[in-house]
Amino acid sequence: MMAKPKLSRKQKERRKFIRSIVYTVGMTGVALLGYVPVLGQWTKRLRPPGALSEKEFLSSCIKCGQCVQVCPVEAIKLADIDEGFGNGSPYIDARKQACDFSCDGLQCVLACPTGSLTHHVNYPAQVNMGIARLDKLKICLAVSGQGFKGATRSRENFTGILRFEAVSRWEPVALAEQEFDLEICDLCVRLCPIEIRANQCDAGTPPAGDESQCPPERAIRLIEITSDDGVRRMQPEVLDGCVGCGVCEMVCPTGEPAIVVDINENRGIGRNDWEPDASKVKAVKELQS
Amino acid sequence: MSGFVESLRVLFGKAPARPDKNKFSDEVREMHKNKKNDPVRIAAIHEELAAAEKGPQKWRRRRWTVLIVINLLFVLSYQLDISVLEGALTGSRFVGFHMADLNSALQVMLAYKHIVLNLVIGTVTVFIMWWLLGGRTFCSWVCPYHLIAEWAEMLHLYLAKKGLATDHPFDRRTRTWFWIIFVILAVVTGYTVYETVSPTGILSRALIYGPGLALIWVALLLLFEIFYSRRAWCRYGCPIGLTYGLVGAISPFKVQYHLKDCLHEGECRKVCMVPHVLETVIKGKANGLDVDIGADCTRCGRCVEVCPTESLTFLFKGIGDKL
Repeated sequence: MMAKPKLSRKQKERRKFIRSIVYTVGMTGVALLGYVPVLGQWTKRLRPPGALSEKEFLSSCIKCGQCVQVCPVEAIKLADIDEGFGNGSPYIDARKQACDFSCDGLQCVLACPTGSLTHHVNYPAQVNMGIARLDKLKICLAVSGQGFKGATRSRENFTGILRFEAVSRWEPVALAEQEFDLEICDLCVRLCPIEIRANQCDAGTPPAGDESQCPPERAIRLIEITSDDGVRRMQPEVLDGCVGCGVCEMVCPTGEPAIVVDINENRGIGRNDWEPDASKVKAVKELQS
Repeated sequence: MSGFVESLRVLFGKAPARPDKNKFSDEVREMHKNKKNDPVRIAAIHEELAAAEKGPQKWRRRRWTVLIVINLLFVLSYQLDISVLEGALTGSRFVGFHMADLNSALQVMLAYKHIVLNLVIGTVTVFIMWWLLGGRTFCSWVCPYHLIAEWAEMLHLYLAKKGLATDHPFDRRTRTWFWIIFVILAVVTGYTVYETVSPTGILSRALIYGPGLALIWVALLLLFEIFYSRRAWCRYGCPIGLTYGLVGAISPFKVQYHLKDCLHEGECRKVCMVPHVLETVIKGKANGLDVDIGADCTRCGRCVEVCPTESLTFLFKGIGDKL
């Protein structure tokens, strides 16, 4: 074996310097790889209530997870490194566990140390995470005129929880353990947190006795659709009051959810500043006609 | 003041300056001249060193305990819902008070280009805390990556002894380049680019919220340190270290070197994780009777403990060296 040639001090220093440049450039390159999933929009994420527009959200979030810790239904998860610059940022997988606003006071917003979840949002009805959309008309039970009996999602090892005020005002309970017996399936309307609040307000009993909890607009309803075969069919219609919390997507009993939430990446600081995507409104209108 | 400037120069990665011997006071000069004139005492010290117990040291035990307790507090606050220290190392609440990692807060403010009030509160709290503790105390007493990197370093040294790994040192200025590059990237891209690769943030979140793919990146960094370059991240890369070093540069709390007692055995430099800060203990280099150790010092306490003549002591200005 040949002995390595002895390097002079100067040569050593020179090698060290070049090595350091390679280290710096390499590390910068690795860090910038984080751009790829973001620019390529590999994973679109539903962000927690009050999140700033996607770009501002990612820049202002300090990736600490305090929002994760305060959520009573544990809806918020943190993104992994495969989401690039989104690494450590919070998101909600609505089908697994949607935000049902059972904290009422938007604890995640209050916990956020950077205002990434903006403190301008105080009540559930002001949130604009996204907007629900009837995605698969053909499998929607209501559209095919079917009722629903039993517990939703009970066959999927599903662990999601929701607040059922009839069971407990304070403790959310397992969704898969709640039994329903519906002549026509209206779970997405019946369990919608905005609809529940609107109904309470209409009945003169706003949540926590606080009028400002009352949603200004309705979020979702069932409308009758005419059919030639004489079967009574209904269809969920998403209204302007929808905030995109994802509860409808979570509770939908079909294998794949018939109704899903479209993420609103341009969410502003409050729903008054935000117009629903015109194309989506059009799509919903087309479905109705 | 010149000591402060020198401390910053070394922090940024310059080699420690050669002291100008002509500027030494007579007293210092006299002291340098008379060193090693006490063969009896030196022999006694050597005997003592040879017999000294080599096991885990007191200060390292303390430091690891504090580090583990702090990180455990984060984990338990969430897992057991005891709400003492909520959040992660990047941003947290300690019994309700906002705390923000200075480097993370800097990245957010540069990327977002707004000053957020809560973040300012958290930043000021943490700033004062680390200013009081000084140096890079955060690194060796809190950072979870530092602890794992210490273990990786032990493995590296073991492999190096067996000839299975060689250390390839980098230029110490690399850390300053990293710091500048990540500041520029945050401003230009509008994303907290550094947080994506920060092993401190990744490890802290993994401990609290559960492991993920990001740990592969941390593992790669550790492998790089074990087989290629000793402590490559902490020594030459981590911008967090430089940020805290800057904050701690003007701290009242420091390690101080006392020329009078020193017999230049060099034990301190053997155990020091950042030996460039101990340049002053080399025979003939101290430019004063009492010299403050620079800002790159992590206040780990190993030199204080290992010095056979107690020439290195912790010192809190105003209170003296009663600690």
